[in-house]
Amino acid sequence: MFYTQLYSQEKHLSLLNKSTNGTLYLTATHLIFVESSSNNSTSILHHHIASVEKLSLTTTGCPLVIQCRNFRVVHFVVQRERDCHDIYSSLLRLLRPVSYEELYAFSYNPKQNDQQREEGWQLIDLGAEFERMGVPCDQWQLTDVNRDYKVCETYPRDLYVPITASKPIIVGSSKFRSKGRFPVLTYFYQEKKAAVCRCSQPLSGFSARCLEDESLLQAISKANHNSRFVYVMDTRPKLNALANRAAGKGYENEDNYSNIRFQFVGIENIHVMRTSLQKLLEVIGTRSLNMSDYLVGLESSGWLRHIKAVVDAAIFLTKAVTVEGASVLVHCSDGWDRTAQVCSLGALLMDPYYRTMKGFMVLIEKDWISFGHKFADRCDQLDGDPKEVSPIFTQFLECVWQLTEQFPQAFEFSEWFLLQIHEHVHSCQYGNFLGNNQRQREELQLRERTHSLWAFLMSEKQNYLNPFYSPAYSEVHPVLAPSTLPYNFKSVFWRNMYHQFDRSMHPRQSILKAILTLRDNSRNAESTLQALETLQLQLPPATSRLPHSGGTHKPQRSAAAGGGRGGGG
Amino acid sequence: MEFAELIKTPRVDGVVLHRPFMPTVEGTLCLTGHHLILSSRQDNTEELWLLHSNIDSIEKRFVGSLGTIIVKCKDLRVIQLDIPGMEECLNIASSIEALSTLDSVSLMYPFFYRPMFEVIEDGWNSFLPEDAFKDLESMTDEWRLSDVNKDFSVCPSYPPLVAVPKDIDDDTLRKAATFRHSGRFPVLSYYHKKNGMVMMRSGQPLTGTNGRRCKEDEKLINATLRPGKRGYIIDTRTINVAQQAKARGGGFESEANYPQWRRIHKALERSNVLQESLIKLVEACNDQSHSMDRWLSKLEASSWQTHVKEILTTACLAAQCIDREGASVLVHGTEGTDSTLQVTSLAQIILDPACRTIRGFQGLVEREWLQAGHPFQQRCAQSAYSNSKPRQESPVFLLFLDCVWQILRQFPCSFEFSESFLVLLFEHAYASQFGTFLGNSTAERTRLSLPEKTVSLWSWVNRPQELERLTNPLYEANSLVIWPSVAPQSLLLWEGVFLRWNRSSRCLDEAYEEMVHIIEYNKELQNKVNSLRRQLAQLETEDPLLQTP
Repeated sequence: MFYTQLYSQEKHLSLLNKSTNGTLYLTATHLIFVESSSNNSTSILHHHIASVEKLSLTTTGCPLVIQCRNFRVVHFVVQRERDCHDIYSSLLRLLRPVSYEELYAFSYNPKQNDQQREEGWQLIDLGAEFERMGVPCDQWQLTDVNRDYKVCETYPRDLYVPITASKPIIVGSSKFRSKGRFPVLTYFYQEKKAAVCRCSQPLSGFSARCLEDESLLQAISKANHNSRFVYVMDTRPKLNALANRAAGKGYENEDNYSNIRFQFVGIENIHVMRTSLQKLLEVIGTRSLNMSDYLVGLESSGWLRHIKAVVDAAIFLTKAVTVEGASVLVHCSDGWDRTAQVCSLGALLMDPYYRTMKGFMVLIEKDWISFGHKFADRCDQLDGDPKEVSPIFTQFLECVWQLTEQFPQAFEFSEWFLLQIHEHVHSCQYGNFLGNNQRQREELQLRERTHSLWAFLMSEKQNYLNPFYSPAYSEVHPVLAPSTLPYNFKSVFWRNMYHQFDRSMHPRQSILKAILTLRDNSRNAESTLQALETLQLQLPPATSRLPHSGGTHKPQRSAAAGGGRGGGG
Repeated sequence: MEFAELIKTPRVDGVVLHRPFMPTVEGTLCLTGHHLILSSRQDNTEELWLLHSNIDSIEKRFVGSLGTIIVKCKDLRVIQLDIPGMEECLNIASSIEALSTLDSVSLMYPFFYRPMFEVIEDGWNSFLPEDAFKDLESMTDEWRLSDVNKDFSVCPSYPPLVAVPKDIDDDTLRKAATFRHSGRFPVLSYYHKKNGMVMMRSGQPLTGTNGRRCKEDEKLINATLRPGKRGYIIDTRTINVAQQAKARGGGFESEANYPQWRRIHKALERSNVLQESLIKLVEACNDQSHSMDRWLSKLEASSWQTHVKEILTTACLAAQCIDREGASVLVHGTEGTDSTLQVTSLAQIILDPACRTIRGFQGLVEREWLQAGHPFQQRCAQSAYSNSKPRQESPVFLLFLDCVWQILRQFPCSFEFSESFLVLLFEHAYASQFGTFLGNSTAERTRLSLPEKTVSLWSWVNRPQELERLTNPLYEANSLVIWPSVAPQSLLLWEGVFLRWNRSSRCLDEAYEEMVHIIEYNKELQNKVNSLRRQLAQLETEDPLLQTP
């Protein structure tokens, strides 16, 4: 990777071209480096640091390599080994918090009063979101069965189930599903009354069955008059599902569920994904590679194959719902990784609302946060089991980015929005992503003690707008049908994600930046023009002989140039 | 006329045309001497007009009496024609085969094409060596224009006029020419105004196994060096290949005889290797059944991206020697008509902002490719689908365009032209109604009287409506040297050519239009603000009591 900074503690030395000297400060939350020449400073949140490595002593000092979760890599050279060791051991301690209270979110104070903070948390309301989808309705209702997190502690309190699913059925089904994650509604496609439901794997073993679970699936099927069956998508490779049977888990037997169509999708598990991204980062981080090794490395990392598998699954889901009008039940093992990816990506393809900035926040809040994607474990928020860490959410963001590349006009936000979300999933600066599930978040009183990322992002909306966004486009193409032919996965890897801090391999000029600047210019010109026109009108009548610069009323031209720019404001 | 004999069936009704991402069209198929035409005779459907010379190969299939011809074009498009009647189908197929492989240049379409537009500026006179020299003269007086090759006898592949160091007389040039492959003695390719350094190109020196030397050649290239300065020779071949060339009478400049020059060997691939690479790449792009792994491994196996990287790297090296090291450079490979030109022309794109304008780029293609003797007709006779054994075919020019696209993609605001100009040049190099890319050298073009008998591509391109289509809306003149990244992580497959027919580009096109709208709206606003300001300022001078903000 790029040697972004290289420096000593209050010493002057420079090893490599791109290095600067300066002073390193360690605070309770940040590692701050101040360049001695320019006083420019770089600060790195402790939570962003994934690993610190002390290399062997060189003639110039003791090198310290810091790898960050936002894929930044920095090299320090500290002249005295003892200083280096002190920094190293302090960092090791600092970046392994053992309790949530140590996380930055609990000390971060953006100078807001309680009311503002409270409003920030109210920005996203999932009850309102289900209403937007048209739920509750004559077939689906809100159940209070999980009011106290008794049936499933990793689900939210509010859950939506078919009207015909009684409490005993739900409770019975939950006992037959891993971690009690029984089938519930996550998205309702109003046009065809088709539902997207999610759950975890059934505890079927080799032959076990559960009448309540079968009834619940029956109820899901009955709730949709457009289709006589429900698709059950097991997002795992068949082999993994088979192996689970030996542990008393497994997948639905089509013979026991009269009205299902069962389908494996073949997305790999968290361990495969973790290794895959590591390999990808190794390849794209290697300097002076030849083309052949690079392409072979990309291939063997398997990363793009996995991205394609996730998008393919979302396409399958979308087609089943929007074309066939069938309801779909999605699960994997526990139903919080692959299931979250496929459900949210599918909804993004089906519903233009999720392609707006607010809608995308709602989508993440619903399918990831509330349904218990284990952010704390996957993102390594506390010192935990490294085997639980996996870039599942990062992978989801990349899938979204791939879609924004294929459909440049369909999304209200630009990739910087995705990158900013990724940044803060790891920063632990806001409360949204702390913990593994809603119950834990309530215990931590995050709403009372921390701030919401969504409010912050909304306040900076201008920075994340996609200038090419066209609401009209989504009216014509409400459902997106991406191509997943291998060559349609653009750019080979997501440069701004994985190389955000190493600009040397980026295009030297950015079209997005150029266009955003132009739009700012236009906005300024519009107001100047208005001021000038007002002035012109105020002039004494004698001047009316001057030709009026006709047609300068901005809304006209703006509309003629395609409503696409309306997204701003 | 001969064409009539080749056309066995001039017309078939009820033919169905299939094209990817477009609705099928049923209509009448007509064959003319130069075109395959399919028309539904309805106003709203687009007709297909395909130049026979654009056809790379065809395949026939029969199901009952329904025949199918798959037409594979040099621009990489593949279309399918369903033709009722076996005999008709066979006749059409053999006619197309005959018409698309005509040997005689003078039967080519450009000799028959009459422009449907008004020629404002005759492109054949737009980029004459003497005009280019005038620009050079305004910067330096160290060079002169020699007409030693006026009858093409010294070097058959050079133009009649070439720029050489002022102190070198024509006799020296003649002698140096005998020492260089195909008489391609070192000539000026580029003068770097910023520091007066130059880039020259030539063929390999004919040292042979016994180390022949040529004082005149040494004198010629040393004349380009400032006192006490060293220059660089960039040999586009590996040292091994260059060594082996000695056995065939070729070779390289030895340290002993050229002590003021440092030689650098690079490994740019030659013609048949590149042709193979293109065929493999296009095959990979056309197979829709690939898994991700297979696609990446086929992309790798084609080596196309490797060639792009190597060529760009060598061009950057040449540019670096000139701009950063402040040294003059001589570039050659074997003949000096292929990889040499890739390097010299790309180095100019990097160094010279003028080459990044539409007109400047045309000039570059004229100087460094057409007049420099790149054998277009041989190299572009077949493309990726041809079944016949390649002879001299090689996508040397296409690779150059690909490299330009890579730089354009990295500096999207620094080029006056858009990607479509590069695609257009690719198409016309392989099949065209214009005479520009016919023939292999200026000598051949003169012999064929192309300037008199055909229309130049530049005559067509340099009309306002065409220029507008090719202009990059993001362009802002950038007077700097632009250094592209040549890391494999930074280089992409050129989708605009290789995936052009394999995917729907509608979404991307619409977004592009939206971008153009944003830019035009901005321009319009700025103009209005400016004109209103002017009006008010004028009023102010007329009536001093008024004050504008």
